[in-house]
Amino acid sequence: MATETTIEKRETQTTQPERVRAGRTYIPSVDIIEQPDKLLLLADVPGARRDDLDISYEGGLLTIHAKVTPRQEPRSATCLLREYGVGDFYRSFEVGEGIDANKIEAELHDGVLTLHLPKAQALLPRKIAVKAS
Amino acid sequence: MFWNTLTLANQLQNLRREMDQLMAAFGPAATRWPFQIGAYPALNVWDVGDALMVEAEVPGVPKENLEISAIGDELTIKGRRPPLEGRNLPYHRQERGTGEFTRVITLPADVDADKVEAVVRDGVLSIRLPKAEHAKPRKIAVKLA
Repeated sequence: MATETTIEKRETQTTQPERVRAGRTYIPSVDIIEQPDKLLLLADVPGARRDDLDISYEGGLLTIHAKVTPRQEPRSATCLLREYGVGDFYRSFEVGEGIDANKIEAELHDGVLTLHLPKAQALLPRKIAVKAS
Repeated sequence: MFWNTLTLANQLQNLRREMDQLMAAFGPAATRWPFQIGAYPALNVWDVGDALMVEAEVPGVPKENLEISAIGDELTIKGRRPPLEGRNLPYHRQERGTGEFTRVITLPADVDADKVEAVVRDGVLSIRLPKAEHAKPRKIAVKLA
């Protein structure tokens, strides 16, 4: 089969600070839905608890960091199959300044983080009434 | 005959690599779970002596939507992740799959189906399967002749 060689210009992701402590960090899968009055963001963070979530919105950058306590099996256990690893989740998005930071709501349910990011009032589309002259 | 088996394994690897490249054309999300041609959910299995432990990450699947069954040395995990309410939601990005999944794995030992316990917490499913009596390891005393 012929292999294609393409020259790609790679986009840089927002630079993330590196961890000091050992342990892996995973990128959670995310759904982003844009509704007229808010952005809805859902992230898969299985194993994270409410107190382990660190969500910040600063300078137009939304950062989600979920610390996951390692679920280690006892030392005497023999590993038979290891299809995934356990670690923190980290992802950040450039959502811009149009979010009302005071009204951001977050819910954690069955390992899914739901973020409601209401758009700032000033940016909501305003219907302009056309007056008959 | 040895040569034939070797090329077959290589061909399977090549096929897998080509499929990965094909899926990659759809974007980064397509090469991740669960879109890969493979199985969902990913499983971690370990043996603790008198039981087998199986763990899977199933975020967004409520307890009622999970169906676990075991018979002999086979474990079946079935579930359904419901999609968000509303039709034609304006997605900017959709990386999380929804729908039904079934995974069947063959365990290395027969298990006692009546004593299997499954717990789901924060989107993590943990199943403890005690081994059947005849499958438990037995210490054999060594006697001097």
